[in-house]
Amino acid sequence: MGIIKARQLVHEYIRRDEEGNVESIQTALDHVDLDVQAGEFIAILGHNGSGKSTLAKHINALLSPSEGSLWVDGKDVSEEENILAVRQTAGMVFQNPDNQIIASVVEEDVGFGPENIGVPTDEIWRRVEESLGAVGMLKYRHHSPNKLSGGQKQRVAIAGVVAMQPKCIVLDEPTAMLDPNGRKEVIRTAHELNEKKGVTIILITHYMEEVVDADKVIVMDAGKVVMQGTPREIFSQVGKLKEYRLDVPQVTILADLLRQSGIDVPIGVLRREELVDAILRAAQITG
Amino acid sequence: MSIILDKVNYVYSEETAYQIQALKDVSLEIGDGQFIGVIGHTGSGKSTLIQHLNGLIKATSGSIYFHGQDIYDDDFDLRELRNRVGLVFQYPEHQLFETTIFDDVCFGPKNQGLSKEEAGLRAFEALRNVGLPEELYYQSPFDLSGGQKRRVAIAGVLAMKPEVLILDEPTAGLDPAGRDEILDLVARMHRERGITVILVSHSMEDVAKYVERIIVMNQGQVMFDDAPKEVFRHYKELEAIGLAAPQVTYLMHELKERGLNVDTDATTVAEARASLMQALTGIDSGRMDIHR
Repeated sequence: MGIIKARQLVHEYIRRDEEGNVESIQTALDHVDLDVQAGEFIAILGHNGSGKSTLAKHINALLSPSEGSLWVDGKDVSEEENILAVRQTAGMVFQNPDNQIIASVVEEDVGFGPENIGVPTDEIWRRVEESLGAVGMLKYRHHSPNKLSGGQKQRVAIAGVVAMQPKCIVLDEPTAMLDPNGRKEVIRTAHELNEKKGVTIILITHYMEEVVDADKVIVMDAGKVVMQGTPREIFSQVGKLKEYRLDVPQVTILADLLRQSGIDVPIGVLRREELVDAILRAAQITG
Repeated sequence: MSIILDKVNYVYSEETAYQIQALKDVSLEIGDGQFIGVIGHTGSGKSTLIQHLNGLIKATSGSIYFHGQDIYDDDFDLRELRNRVGLVFQYPEHQLFETTIFDDVCFGPKNQGLSKEEAGLRAFEALRNVGLPEELYYQSPFDLSGGQKRRVAIAGVLAMKPEVLILDEPTAGLDPAGRDEILDLVARMHRERGITVILVSHSMEDVAKYVERIIVMNQGQVMFDDAPKEVFRHYKELEAIGLAAPQVTYLMHELKERGLNVDTDATTVAEARASLMQALTGIDSGRMDIHR
């Protein structure tokens, strides 16, 4: 079994009036099937309200299924006694770094999680050092978090999760509030954790450029998984993505426009280098 | 000239151990009807700068003139300034508070002293402008999607009919379609009503596509202030301060370095396409009608 397995997972947000009568039911997840293998880097795309964050909160057992099942590392999240184990398997990083940092010194913030689950002091310090090193923030260990840039704060938040030694990290729009450099830092960090430590990464984002290096892309719409595939398979379907209120990277749009005008460039170009090569090849033929 | 900043300095926590100079000798002219982008890394002074423009923060030294009047004069009406310079904060949907969308949008104009009827008319117009379906007007703003909430919040500022509209990262956290909807709305307000727009953004692609002038902030100072083409020519300096050029600009530079004669000033997909078609086929398609 993979690290995450969902079968016909349903989540309904139910609104009740003062007497407890049901006022409205909104289906946020609509019979989702999902399989993630340990060590994969998965990106989830979808417009606002498509169910991405609801799914993420299930993986961390912050929400529990209305119907269907979800197993995280073989543990059923609906079972009360599994909740703590599930949360230790899957750590979460949220959008706003300022809402996730609680201590006044970087290393104390990172040590907060392990301390909370009763990790021995020596081990806490070892983990703090290792996780700050993994996100490239070790030299800021004695700094105050509020003097850091957005990208640095977000990396400290990631270190806090890494210190819990989860097998899987879910990042829910971790770059939405960051400047271009901060965005790059965070995405690079996620890839490094994936490659060097084998942590399974689930990245939720609205920036198409951040998705091109993922192993697999999942597109959600109206609570359903509507597309699944490699970034190249997904981004070669420009029209379909637009229907789901999404987009493709700028180089992919440009490659598409050039191809429509009769220039010989391949379908599903994702990276700048690919398009540069394709254009130079085309230039040699025509020139 | 609608707004002039003359050697504006701003120091946070002055004369304490936490003293930070957030703005250093900033001199700018914001012309009527311009569409301006403000970029800079986190902490570069962008938000401090825009909060000076409607008098929310008072400069430590220096002067700001609105239509020739010094806004720090004793007889200057700051309330009036705030009516005419509308500011949409980051995540403005967090500021929605009324029980219905309509009441929420009415709040601003009512606060300006307009009658209930007039405020209502303004609210209708603003909500129509942001394209919110009429059947939603009397529902709670808290039941809307993220993109819709943000449009309601922007309508709340538009209902005050500002001459200058300042938006601090209005598209953060929105999906690509939501991003385009908000920016297209702002561009339309600029085109049809001639309002001055100042857009603070972390998306170089958005800035390149929409604005006519970019102000680059770095360490509290104005580093560049020019047309997008000119500013993005300095892409290496921009990278050094945590920014970047649009993706296509990098593509064009790489092609040029490898011997293809293309226009490295291209900052949008449409411009890049036109230049590439010319380089590859010799046909000038620059005037062809291209969507985005």
